[in-house]
Parts: sequence; C-alpha cells; structure tokens
Amino acid sequence: MNEQQQTLDIREGYKEKFGFHDDIAPVFKSRRGLDKSVVAEISAMKKEPAWMLDFRLKALEQFEKKPLPNWGGNVGEIDFQNIFYYLKPSEEQTKNWDEVPADIKRTFDRLGIPEAEQKFLSGVGAQYDSETVYHRIKQDLADKGVIFLDTGSALEQHPDLFRQYFGTIIPPSDNKFAALNSAVWSGGSFIYVPKGVKVDMPLQAYFRINAQNMGQFERTLIIVDEGAWVHYVEGCTAPTYASDSLHSAVVEIIVKKGARCRYTTIQNWSNNVFNLVTKRAAAYQDATMEWVDANLGSKLTMKYPSVYLMEPGAHAEILSIAFAGKGQHQDAGGKAVHAAPNTTSSVVSKSISKDGGRAGYRGLIKVAKGAKGCKSTVRCDALLLDEHSRSDTYPYMEIEEDQVSIGHEATVSKIGDEQLFYLMSRGIPEAEAAAMIVNGFIEPITKELPMEYAVEMNRLIQLQMEGSVG
Amino acid sequence: MVSAKPTLEIRDLHVAVEGKPILKGLSLVVNKGEIHALMGPNGSGKSTLANALMGNPKYEITSGSIVLNGVDVLEMSPDERGRKGLFLAFQYPTAIPGVSVANFLRMALTARRKEMGIEKPLPPKEFRTLVKEKMALLKMDDSFAARYINDGFSGGEKKRAEILQMAVLQPEIAILDETDSGLDIDALRIVSEGVNALSGPNLGVLLITHYQRILNYIKPQFVHVLVDGRIVKSGGPELAHELEAQGYDWVREIQAA
Repeated sequence: MNEQQQTLDIREGYKEKFGFHDDIAPVFKSRRGLDKSVVAEISAMKKEPAWMLDFRLKALEQFEKKPLPNWGGNVGEIDFQNIFYYLKPSEEQTKNWDEVPADIKRTFDRLGIPEAEQKFLSGVGAQYDSETVYHRIKQDLADKGVIFLDTGSALEQHPDLFRQYFGTIIPPSDNKFAALNSAVWSGGSFIYVPKGVKVDMPLQAYFRINAQNMGQFERTLIIVDEGAWVHYVEGCTAPTYASDSLHSAVVEIIVKKGARCRYTTIQNWSNNVFNLVTKRAAAYQDATMEWVDANLGSKLTMKYPSVYLMEPGAHAEILSIAFAGKGQHQDAGGKAVHAAPNTTSSVVSKSISKDGGRAGYRGLIKVAKGAKGCKSTVRCDALLLDEHSRSDTYPYMEIEEDQVSIGHEATVSKIGDEQLFYLMSRGIPEAEAAAMIVNGFIEPITKELPMEYAVEMNRLIQLQMEGSVG
Repeated sequence: MVSAKPTLEIRDLHVAVEGKPILKGLSLVVNKGEIHALMGPNGSGKSTLANALMGNPKYEITSGSIVLNGVDVLEMSPDERGRKGLFLAFQYPTAIPGVSVANFLRMALTARRKEMGIEKPLPPKEFRTLVKEKMALLKMDDSFAARYINDGFSGGEKKRAEILQMAVLQPEIAILDETDSGLDIDALRIVSEGVNALSGPNLGVLLITHYQRILNYIKPQFVHVLVDGRIVKSGGPELAHELEAQGYDWVREIQAA
C-alpha cells in the first residue's frame, strides 16, 4: 500500500469490492411507487393466503397515516414514489449454487458466500433484491427439526407456526417503517429451533441490493424454543449508485424459556442506502438474547435492536458498533425493556466518526413498575477521528421501580496524536496505525464475534480507514 | 569502531516547541557499536532531542540536520524513520487499548523487514519463538504478549515493554529516553541487562538520563552533558562520575566561564 494512493475518497475501496452491479433482466419488477395495487400485485405474485393480503393492505393504511419520525436522521429526503418495491430476480429458488443464474452467482462468489458456507456455516440464505435465490441448511439440522427457510416459503410450508408468531412482536402500527415493511415485505429468514436443539455453527443470510432505486424489505422471524440455541448472522452490501435505495427490514425474535439467541449483523451497505430497520426480541424465563450490531455502511441508519425481558431471569446483551464516514449518519443503539423482576441487561456501544460523519448512540432502558431486582449497565464510547466529525449520545432512562441497579457510563475520545506517533515510530504507516487504534477501540465487541467475522470486521475497518490520511 | 559514514549524525540542530527554541545548536555523532550517555538537568532539552530525532510533529526543526547512514532523516515521516532503523524507547509510552502486544509487534516487525527487503512476514511459529525468547530475556511472563499495549501496565512493565520492542525490531540506533525513570532497583537491573544483551557491533545507543544511576548498569564509552539546548561538555565514563559528585551547577559554571 502506497500512502500517496491513499488520498482517495473515503470508502473508495468499497466501489471495487462491493459497489459493483450486474445487468440482469429480472423476471418481474413492479412499477415505481406505492399504492394498494402494487401491494396487491406483490401478494398475488407470491400466491399468498387472503389473510396476508389483508394484513398488508391494513399495514399500508398505517404507513400512509403515520408521520415520518422527526428525530434521528433526515428521512425527509426519501422519495417514496421513486422506489421500486418489488423485484423478482429469478424464477426459482434453489438449494444448489450451480442452479443460481450465472450473473447472480458471480456476485455471491465475489462476496465469498459459497466458500464461507462450506467452511463454517450451518446454513445459508442469499437474497438478491426482493427474493431469496438460494437457501440451504445442513441435513443433520433439518433432521433434528430445525427450520431455516426464506420467510415466504415458511408461510407456505408452515402456515400455522408462521401465523402464530408473525407480527406479534412488531405490529405494523409500531412505526412508519415497520408499517411499510409489513405492507411490502418480501424475503428474509424464518428460523425455528425445536426444544433443546443447539445449532453450534451460525446460520447466515446475505442480503444484496442490485437494482437502482430499489427498496428491500425483508422480514425475519426467529423462534428459539425452550432450551435451544442459535446464532444467526446477516451481512449486506449494495452497488454504489448516484441515487438512493431504501432498506427497511423487520426482525422479530422469540426466545423461550432457557433458550439463547445471538443475532449478528455486519451492515455494509453502500453510501446511497437509507437503512431503517426495526428489530425486536422477546426473551422469556432465563432466556438470553444477544444483539451484535455493526453498522459500517449506508447513508443513514436508524436502528435500535430491542429486547423485551418478559419473565424473571431473562438477560439482554446489546453490542453496537457504528462507524460513520463522509456523508454518513449512523443513529444506532439499543433498547432493553425490563417487564419482569430480576431481569438483566447490558448495552455496550462504540461509535466512530471521521471525515465529517456523524455517529451516535440512542438507547432506552425501561424498567416497569414492580420489576424489582433488575440490573442494567450501559456503556457508550465514542471515538472521533478528526475535528469536523460528530458524535451524539441520547441515553434515555424510564425507571418506574426503585429497587433496581442501573449504571451508565459514557466517554468521548479523540484519536490521540500521541497514540499515532507511538505506533508510527515503530514503522507502521499512518493509515494502518489509525486502523489499529480503531480496531482496538471496538475490540470488546469484535472479540465476541466468531473468528471469521472478527477478521472480516477488521478488514472492513481497514477499508473505511483508507484515504483517511491526506 | 570507525565506519566510513557515521550511523547517526546530528549537526547544529535547532528545535522549537510551540515557537519556543529548546535545542540551540546540538551536534552529536553516534555510530553502531557505541553507547553514548546524554545527561542534563530538567529542561535542558533531552526529551526534545529524542522526539525530534523520531519525528514527532509537535517538535519543529528550525535549522540543522539529522542524517542516518548518509540519508537525510528530516524528510522522513516517523514510520519511515522507524523502518530505517531508528528506535525511541519512550519516557512515557502511550496505551493503545484493544491492541495486543503480540499483534503490534508482528505488524511493526513486518514493516521493518519489508524495508530490509524481506517481503514475507515471519511465519507465525518463528515469530512466537522470537517473542518468547525476547520476553524471557526481560523476565516477562508469556501472558504479556496477549495484553493490550501499555494498558494498565505498571511503570516497570512499560519500560520493559519498550525494550522488548527494541529487541524484536533490532534497530541500528536506539534512543532510550529516561528509561531509568520510575524504576525500582530490580526493574532497573532487568531493563539494563536487557539493553546490555542487545548492544553490540550492530547497535548504537543514545542513553538519555538525568541521573548517573543507570550508568552503574549500562557502561557508556561516551558521556555528553546537555545544558540549555547545547552540549557543553563531552568525555568518557569518568565525566558521569564527576557530574554525580559535583552536580549540574558545576557544568553550568564551566559554561559560564
């Protein structure tokens, strides 16, 4: 790496590695914009039961009624009538990479998905624009009754299980973007892990937006039955276009008694994607829900993974990383709602901003009246890499019970000239030295990741840091 | 040892910090195989020299030159200087939370080797052996390599970690900036023994100190006295003893005379 070559724009490396696009001919594309007929068309394409069409249309009404949030980031510039809400890239979904259309397969090859599947995953789903093109789970897990499907197929194949939980954690009326997702959802993952089954290697989904002005609205539903374990990982990228795309997912998770779910996101959208996602889990007795949420890409991200602690002994762990570069705004964080006594939560947030980017923590700790003996700690650290970048912290607390223990710690630091000089004096070039400091800063979170993802995270940080030194 | 070109040659160096002149015409030659002690009272410019040699951007070179193996150092960034074989053992090493000693050493060593024309990083197994061996030299526990750089280190651990880096990177010129400060007698002995084990025909050492104490353990061939930004007296090891006996006022008087 030559230092002169690094005086490039931020995330210049992104274009080459992830920002490419394919010229594919989709088998179906809805017209631009959104109304009842578009929603009905999506439902018809999917041959859905009447209740789902009804659900979608009611959600559309909610979406139209609800105001845009007046906090967080600038969502006012989203032109909802300029977006394509549904695009079907290929005729069939397959369990065999060789049957994925060549152009699309090449994309996933470039992103290293088939290779990762072979090496260290229990199952993989690959979504391209609106539909899942590939889905597969290891046979031994299928034999144990683990269900890992794209959400549309789950509606078809497991209608009762699906309907029992779908929309119960995040109703369409929750917020404007949850309503939008509920109206036009397509793809996403459905996971059911039966009682006592431990899925030891992660299940992964990869989300790729390819088309311009595309809206991707996947819907994920995970049910971890009593005493079961699962780790789900999602990654996402998109081409670098001059105009904006919208990604608005809804993720609902149910973690039953004594079960454990870890949900890891490495969000690496291109800088033209609005990423407005609602993620929420309900954790029951002695269950553990962990969100590991890393946001590196997008133009604007507003995402606050939440855990509702419903019964005694439930535990929530939220680890959040937000990295904002030039032109990026990451409004990330988490929520823990202690609805039962003796529940615990821990939130660790690390935000990094550079080149005028804005990264922040927005979080809520809520303890309901009567939820005695709850414990919660929140720690948010911000690292500013230069003078003109911005960090915000909005730690909301609604504590309605006295007998609780709540801790909050926040720090803001600047990357130190002394630290840089120290590392450089040992022969390490400035950009690499800065990346080392940033990787060190987020280490408390990356050390929680499986090794392969930790390596990937460090690589992505390196990519973010390129061009930071002029 | 006399070589055709001096290893490190500092000529008439003037350095200012925030506009204030600190070094006012310092000249010094350090060759490989030599140990020089630079002694001086507080505020004489010792640490300024160390930082200026390594290229700390807060220190402004207003005139003079620094040449390493015939190449102008002033044009080089700190990392280039490091790769070319200059090493500074910091008086106050900085903590880098989340970055392990081992990881840091591996990156630094890879950069240094590249400069010496070795493209490939040392294979992991050999690297581990090397680090273990150097840690043993400094009586450091193996677990040290996994700790974060200087994060929560005691004063003694910090100084040992500096010498460990020097041992792994094998510089041509090592500047030890008050490496003896804040060390108890046992730590001082361990650190000094480490430096002695590393010194030899391939290393030049510039030992910067306020006190004579460390010179009981590391024996310089040359001693220089720095007062108010200039070297006012140079001599052999006996000079350090004279200083110890008579104090810095003695050289101030010589200078005034």
